[in-house]
Amino acid sequence: MELLQLLIYGVVLGGVIALGAIGVSLTFGILGFANFSHGDLMSAGAYIALVFFTMLSWPLWIALPIAMIGTAALAIVIDRSLYRLFRGRHTVILLISSFGVALILRSLIQIVWGPDTITYQMGIQLPYRVSGIRIRPDQVTILLCCVALVIAVHLFLQRTKMGKAMRAMADNPNLARLSGIDTERVIVWTWLLGGILAGAAGVFLGLDTRLHPEMGWTLLLPIFAAVILGGIGKPYGAIVGGFVIGIAQEMSVLFLPASYKPAVAFAILVVMLIIRPTGLFAGRSTV
Amino acid sequence: MELAGLLSYGIFFVTLVGIYGLLALGLNVQWGYAGMLNIGVAAFFTVGAYTSAILTTAPSSGHLGGFALPFPIGFAAAMFLSGLMALGIGLITLRLRSDYLAIATIGIAEIIRLTLKNETWLTGGVRGLANIPRPLQGWLPGYDALLYMALVLALVALVYWANERAWRSPWGRVLRAIRENEAAARAMGKNSLSFRLQAFVLGAVVMGLAGALYAHFVRFISPEAFNPLFATFLVWVMLIAGGSGNNRGALLGAFVIWIVWSATEIMVTRLPEDLVTRAGALRVLLIGILLQVILLLRPQGILPEKPPRPARRE
Amino acid sequence: MSLLVMENVTGGYGEADILHNVSLRVEPQEIVVIVGPNGAGKSTAMKAIFGLLRLRAGKIIFDGQDITNWKPDRVVRRGICFVPQTDNVFPSLSVQENLEMGAFVRDDDIRPAMERVFELFPPLRAKRRQAAGTLSGGQRQMVAMGRALMLEPKLLLLDEPTAGLSPIFIDQIFEIVKQVNATGIGILMVEQNAKQALAIADRGYVMAQGANRHQGSGRDLLADREVAEMFLGG
Repeated sequence: MELLQLLIYGVVLGGVIALGAIGVSLTFGILGFANFSHGDLMSAGAYIALVFFTMLSWPLWIALPIAMIGTAALAIVIDRSLYRLFRGRHTVILLISSFGVALILRSLIQIVWGPDTITYQMGIQLPYRVSGIRIRPDQVTILLCCVALVIAVHLFLQRTKMGKAMRAMADNPNLARLSGIDTERVIVWTWLLGGILAGAAGVFLGLDTRLHPEMGWTLLLPIFAAVILGGIGKPYGAIVGGFVIGIAQEMSVLFLPASYKPAVAFAILVVMLIIRPTGLFAGRSTV
Repeated sequence: MELAGLLSYGIFFVTLVGIYGLLALGLNVQWGYAGMLNIGVAAFFTVGAYTSAILTTAPSSGHLGGFALPFPIGFAAAMFLSGLMALGIGLITLRLRSDYLAIATIGIAEIIRLTLKNETWLTGGVRGLANIPRPLQGWLPGYDALLYMALVLALVALVYWANERAWRSPWGRVLRAIRENEAAARAMGKNSLSFRLQAFVLGAVVMGLAGALYAHFVRFISPEAFNPLFATFLVWVMLIAGGSGNNRGALLGAFVIWIVWSATEIMVTRLPEDLVTRAGALRVLLIGILLQVILLLRPQGILPEKPPRPARRE
Repeated sequence: MSLLVMENVTGGYGEADILHNVSLRVEPQEIVVIVGPNGAGKSTAMKAIFGLLRLRAGKIIFDGQDITNWKPDRVVRRGICFVPQTDNVFPSLSVQENLEMGAFVRDDDIRPAMERVFELFPPLRAKRRQAAGTLSGGQRQMVAMGRALMLEPKLLLLDEPTAGLSPIFIDQIFEIVKQVNATGIGILMVEQNAKQALAIADRGYVMAQGANRHQGSGRDLLADREVAEMFLGG
């Protein structure tokens, strides 16, 4: 059943996009700018895992958390040393700066590991076969981890004080400040959360496909599409958006050449901008 | 290095500065005049290049061609298609916040890049499009490169003059009013969206011209040359370094940043062989860091203009 | 000692000054109202207290302490809470979460404070799990005020709390203001509904064009012919 097979691929890809989109949606809502470096942050996560998983041959369940924490640390360092200095300035400056950060991250990766494509492991995995559907063990891992992470994010946002403060700031940053919420602390936690998820997304992307310096950048457009689909500052919208985009992209091969998959994301993006720029869940959008 | 070689390099250098200068001037109209945030400069540059190349080349099995049309038509078509694309994108995103336009333009640049690589019947794909004819070739034997450089510089001067005239014209005054206080301008009955769209399209037209000039200069184009790094990021660094909102700043920025970029290339060729690919990334790293430094220390650029200084966020 | 003193405050948001030599005072447990025509700078005066303005001159003293140019989160901790006129709730958060966010700077048990808010605004109790953005205008205003009360401030700043509300709700809000004041909290309120506001106020200030014009007890101002002509509109 080709349709179901493509659906599975779409869900796996969608999970990766969703994890990236949550971070972008939150930073967009809380800090007010479109972070063009998030894709390359994901790449960084993938390559950090490469060090431990492939080069040191540590198991994935250790390498993955290390990559997630490493990526979070990287995100926080970038914010404290760079983006923080632009606070209060026009968000366009942050956007352009983040574009530069993307290139910095990408070039660092390329300097250390070179421009070629690498894989985590040699050899081909034998896929499981479930009633005619093929799914690789790696993909099962990715799906399970995505579900676990999404649940963890949900619990964090709903049950913890910091999570609620994050949602509050994404809703209404001015009121958050007026209520005495420590906005700088919320911002650090936003990068922490975004970085953790980006690191995971990068590793999953590397597991599902391959690693190369542009891997995260090529996912940026689908991530933005997912964020706009779900509404800026709406993490749950980002999750839904991620899966929609992922599934749409994979199923598009039924009528489009495979290399045009990102075009699908772009098409959805354009449609959303025309009919409902605030997103399916009515996020914020002002001229 | 002998004189002839130096001279040859000099002409090459100045021609490229001119082309980048045009890109920066076009971006200045979009961003400096109208505040339209175009992160997809590469798209318009690329469309211009390929359009002119396809229309002017001889027949070839590798790509669409064989029209062998004269250069003015190639250039005009490049400008026209580029402007048309800008019209489409602008209409969709005009009413939305600038981040949306930025994302949409990145999207378009990506789509163009994908099309370039995949529609090999049209573009020759990754193998590229070769044998692009050069205007003014053979008019003065032995001085081809110099003549072309002169053409580029003449066009830069023309666009610069046009930009400056436009800025001081009633049209430019309306744009300035819109930038200072959009609400007030709208209250005066000026359709601010329409003016900004016009600026966006005009800037794109200039970028298309730059693309055409580039294609006929290097005579061989492939998707690699239109990597967002070169075509978009460098131009933004140029505009910011030189002074956004400012035509002189745009040209100065193109000149200065191209020197920096070329200098890094020369430094890199001195490195041992096996480090060369890494060195390419090192150049990118340096430019990325340079941008941050400029944004932090002197975001208004070398030649600041009173607007558009980034306004303080409330 | 006065609860709040604003002395000769001059300043604005950027280059131009909006306030010129504005002075006012709130005694403990008073209801003080600022009224005036549109553009008089009333809301701006209140925002100055909360550190949202750049002051070129003047002083703001709260409970004996100079809080001039203090940032909002510091002012909040000191005991002043502010309810803005618009965008004053977190729309995607539930009513209860809105209140929790109001108490962000507190580490102790906030349930008693939340109880008191629900007693003041009974309709909110049933809707505590509902997203604040889905409530009616009047109920949203209740959430907005409730959020500010979670810190049990000494002084509550209200920016046009009845703006855009139906007459029934307007009466209700003024009732609630009196109730809150009765618990010992000082109130400084900017209002367009000048007549009703002055009727419940202990004292009032009339501002115009960024400066003081008249002041006096609520009753005196209501009776004043000049003030009435200015804008009370009969």
